[in-house]
Amino acid sequence: MDVSGILFVFLGAQIIVATVGTVWSRNPVTSALFLVLNFFALGGLYLLLEAQFIAVVQVIVYAGAIMVLFLFTIMLLNLDNERALAEKFDLRKGFAVLLGGVLLVELLYIIGLKTPIPIKQTALTTVQLGEAKYIGRELLTNFLFPFEIVSILLLLAVVGAIVLAKKNFTTSPKS
Amino acid sequence: MQYLAVFFLAMELAHRVALGVVMITVIILSVVLTVWSERRVAAFIQHRVGPNRVGPFGLLQPFADVMKLLFKEDVVPSSANRFYHVLAPMISLFAAMTTVAVVPFANGIAIADVNVGMLYILAITSLGVYGLTIAGWASNNKYSLLGGLRSSAQMISYELAMGLSVVSVIVLADSLNMTNIVESQTANPLYWNCFRNFLGFVCFTVAAFAECNRAPFDLPEAEQELVGGYNTEFGAMKFAMFFLAEYANMIVASMVIVTLFLGGYQVPFWSEAPWFVQVGAFAAKTVLMIFVFIWVRWSVPRFKYSQLMNLGWKSLLPLALLNLLLVAAGVLLLGGK
Repeated sequence: MDVSGILFVFLGAQIIVATVGTVWSRNPVTSALFLVLNFFALGGLYLLLEAQFIAVVQVIVYAGAIMVLFLFTIMLLNLDNERALAEKFDLRKGFAVLLGGVLLVELLYIIGLKTPIPIKQTALTTVQLGEAKYIGRELLTNFLFPFEIVSILLLLAVVGAIVLAKKNFTTSPKS
Repeated sequence: MQYLAVFFLAMELAHRVALGVVMITVIILSVVLTVWSERRVAAFIQHRVGPNRVGPFGLLQPFADVMKLLFKEDVVPSSANRFYHVLAPMISLFAAMTTVAVVPFANGIAIADVNVGMLYILAITSLGVYGLTIAGWASNNKYSLLGGLRSSAQMISYELAMGLSVVSVIVLADSLNMTNIVESQTANPLYWNCFRNFLGFVCFTVAAFAECNRAPFDLPEAEQELVGGYNTEFGAMKFAMFFLAEYANMIVASMVIVTLFLGGYQVPFWSEAPWFVQVGAFAAKTVLMIFVFIWVRWSVPRFKYSQLMNLGWKSLLPLALLNLLLVAAGVLLLGGK
């Protein structure tokens, strides 16, 4: 086994441990930190594929920004008592389990079939994929439509967040 | 043939490790010097004398302080989370020390001259906040927790302005590589980014102050209201590690500002300078930036929290966006360099 093989096994094991840790930890802060570890290992996997740019962006966006916000929220809410967090089984949860099961079956079906899924392919080589310049050019020419759709989705999410915040603001009792 | 390749790879690796060890030593020694000069400059600004008893000019004062901290008892509060309490200073120090890896000290002298150098710096600095946040949370103390929360809110708010001003530099240099960014500024000081990209320079410097938690942005450790902020429950060497991380952050931030905006290792009007002159120029500029950091700390009072947020979101972010627009339009019209 060469160096990249060893690294792959190491990072893969790290991802599995971190994921299991995220789900099983009783302490929400530990869960969040395991998730950070997970994102780090994922960035490492991208590096192994010579996708430097995606690897670093992965760490900046997920580990550096999103998880900091998560941690901020967890600490602000002071979720010390994990028993209070444990939910009873209800209809919504049952529905989620059902949907998850359907998704699992679908995924297994696709993997089992091994039919090539029609995905738009890029003409970039692996080395080019690592560079910001080529990714940017490709995103704004070949993949312009999906790119814009994703931007609109993000914009909608931002608008939604503001609407929610405004609503709470007006209905909350005056202090 | 294969053995030869492995040998060269090992040599390359050893060379980088050696450079890394040298840089860590240099940073720790400069932290010592910076702490001393901070106290002396503060004393000068406030018309005092400052530490002048230990060693010549009081130069050995920081060493005496470190010795004192080394011999203190390492206390972990009984209600604190022991693991995170130990982990937090390590994260802070790690983030402060690793940023330096991509900074070029002379043409071709950098620990790792990677293609995504600029993004690497953003990634690592954004991780430093975990140290403070976890420290605040693990101490199980309301003042610490408030300090930790403040630091994470502050980091997130100022990271955007920082990132946007970095983008304007990247647009000018047409590269994410740190050496290329320095080379694009040429040996003519008029082409340095602090003049070509003045707004970006201001935005980045202000955001860097905030990211380093330096005054006037030192709200996470505001003594008057939070006792000591995130490091209230830390003593002995763990406190020293936070202290070290804070000053290392300041030094590395100065290096990054120098690289991005003050022409890095470029010697004015001497483009083919030998490497030791370039290292000297880089060091001189860095010392200048560190002096600015100290100067500002003892001249500008701490912001209120609302002022901090207003400055970050309502002034700095629109300014950085406008600057990016201007720079991009300029590059389009004038055809880059």
